[in-house]
Amino acid sequence: MLQDILVTGLVNSGVYALLAVGFSLIFGVARIVNIAHTAFYMLAAYCFYALLVKGGLGFALAGAIAVAAVTALSVLCYRLVIEPVREHEAAVLIATIALALIFQELMLLFFGGSYLGIPSTLEGMVRVFGVSIPYQRLLILVVAALMLTAVWFLLYRTRLGLAIRATANDLEVANLMGMNVHRVAMATVAISVALAAVAGVVVAPVFVVDPFMWLAPLVTMLAIVVLGGLGSMKGSLIGALIIGYVEAITVFAVPAGAYLKGAVALLIMVVVLLVRPEGLFGVAFEEER
Amino acid sequence: MLRSALLACALAVAAPFALAQGTIKIAIVGPMAFVQGENHWAGAEMARDNINRAGGINVGGKKMQIELIRADTNEMQSVPDATNAVERVITRDKADFLIGGFRSEAVLAMQEVAMDYKKIFLGAGAAHSKLGINVEQNHERYKYWFRVTPVKDVDLVRTTFAVLATVAGQIRKDLGKPAPKVAILAEKAVWVEGIVAASKKNLPAMKMEVVGVWQPSAVATDVTAELSAIERAGADIVFTLLSGPVGIVVGRQMGERNMKSIAFGINVEAQKDAFWQAAAGKANYVSTLDTYAHVQMTPKTIDFVKAFESRFGKSPTYNAGSHDAIYLLKEAIEKAGTTDADKLVAVLEKISYVGAAGVIEFDKRHDPLWGPGKSTGIAVQWQDGKKVPFWPPQVPGMKQFKMPAH
Repeated sequence: MLQDILVTGLVNSGVYALLAVGFSLIFGVARIVNIAHTAFYMLAAYCFYALLVKGGLGFALAGAIAVAAVTALSVLCYRLVIEPVREHEAAVLIATIALALIFQELMLLFFGGSYLGIPSTLEGMVRVFGVSIPYQRLLILVVAALMLTAVWFLLYRTRLGLAIRATANDLEVANLMGMNVHRVAMATVAISVALAAVAGVVVAPVFVVDPFMWLAPLVTMLAIVVLGGLGSMKGSLIGALIIGYVEAITVFAVPAGAYLKGAVALLIMVVVLLVRPEGLFGVAFEEER
Repeated sequence: MLRSALLACALAVAAPFALAQGTIKIAIVGPMAFVQGENHWAGAEMARDNINRAGGINVGGKKMQIELIRADTNEMQSVPDATNAVERVITRDKADFLIGGFRSEAVLAMQEVAMDYKKIFLGAGAAHSKLGINVEQNHERYKYWFRVTPVKDVDLVRTTFAVLATVAGQIRKDLGKPAPKVAILAEKAVWVEGIVAASKKNLPAMKMEVVGVWQPSAVATDVTAELSAIERAGADIVFTLLSGPVGIVVGRQMGERNMKSIAFGINVEAQKDAFWQAAAGKANYVSTLDTYAHVQMTPKTIDFVKAFESRFGKSPTYNAGSHDAIYLLKEAIEKAGTTDADKLVAVLEKISYVGAAGVIEFDKRHDPLWGPGKSTGIAVQWQDGKKVPFWPPQVPGMKQFKMPAH
């Protein structure tokens, strides 16, 4: 059972990390709580489905177009919906909830409520320590590792990354130093949503595509970022690993309580918050007040 | 010449309508953005067109056409939306009858509204026993409710156990295992609780060993951990009780893992033609209870399924029982000679109608009678992209149940 937990937990964590790091990035830099983050993930999955299954494009082309299109849409949404109300956190929260619901209803309108399937990019499976793992799941893990490495490179080895980190550190000082913080925020939204879109494209062949597929990962993602510390990418990564493993342990240890895996993850989040309100690696709330 | 031909065509088309005097308004209530509502509507459209083309319904000597009202209940997302839809079709659209409904919790609420207005409501989707218990406990208020399809949840269990015995028998014969191991994989929902308890109690008596119960969420997108544990437990049968999208995930992931165990039970998603595509062609050998196939459950079944497939390009799900419901209503109205709800209730309580899914007769709860020759449903298995019916084995047209290669 130990090997099952080790392998299953790692694969689950890969998807969560892709979603949580993007969400955390945009919060850390622009203080935007983007509830529509997983709705963009859902849009990317639908876009990928339409291009691959209906349009007949190849995996790579369909995936690239889906990520590019959803990223472009996120920039448009930022300019039209989020930027005008950015100074008001509650308004941003409500606006992004509205965006997510609009996306959901649009997909329901265009594709109906049916559950859609996407063929695997890679067929077959491998046995690791006696545990069967389909290649598609390994692909998710590899893509997650590559994307997270790319984000690290972008943040710590490029000028844009420097600007993003400076803005995250102190938005007002960055502004006073002549940085275009609005443009930095927009770039961060694009990077953040691109990560969600990549997650949507690589995960879609494993999961089922439907208009409500953004809700369950939203709750898990929020648990991860709060657990890891809002705005901390390292925290999100570790939070994703913790939640991924907690879920795997729950299912293996309490089979009849498999549905509780989400609740157990949230319980751990609450316990961590009670002991350490800023999360494992987050900025202390006192600084915010 | 052309003008005369056009006039003749117009008259031919209009003739049945000209003969008809007034219309009978039937509201089809269902989640129209989902497969369930689509089937409600499709089955009803077929019945309406056939009946209207033949002149309509004879109401005490008057021929009346059927007018359908399409009411989207949005019940998948909101129960209040469903009750509002029922209220609207009764008060604004002046519906005479209601047919449809899917989610039990929504139908229970819709039932209340329909009963408030004393409107006959023929259920074509919800299985919860409470709908019928209401009729038994307060006949005067709830007598306008009749469940046409499916059979109530308790009867679904009886069918499931009967099929499970057939599947276990084949495993004993093919694999030489006297007590096949069963893993119960049931979504966490109210409707499965009784079935899980009954399974744990009855399967050992049926010479099957229950190796565990796994309960993912109905909307779980990943059951890797559950399936890993089931594989380790050495299950021969994965007894599924799934109504949500997790049914697709289970089928697909079992196929991806090349699992040797066979999935049988209730898997609502596997009843749909779109299941194979949704599971990316991986769900071979997945089996489930179902309602329609090219088999002679009654003399009407094959003709109905063929006509449905020809018109809509897909096979019907059990919600297309709206077709049987409209014909049942027609027969009741013609027998009663009136559309008066109270008089129709008396006729419906005694009716015996041969539908496409089975012979419909109602018990004191206004639930369809369960049993061979009445309503039982069928079992189907996905074999290389096709839904193959295999139970009840004595029905003409049933095929062989297949096991994965061991």
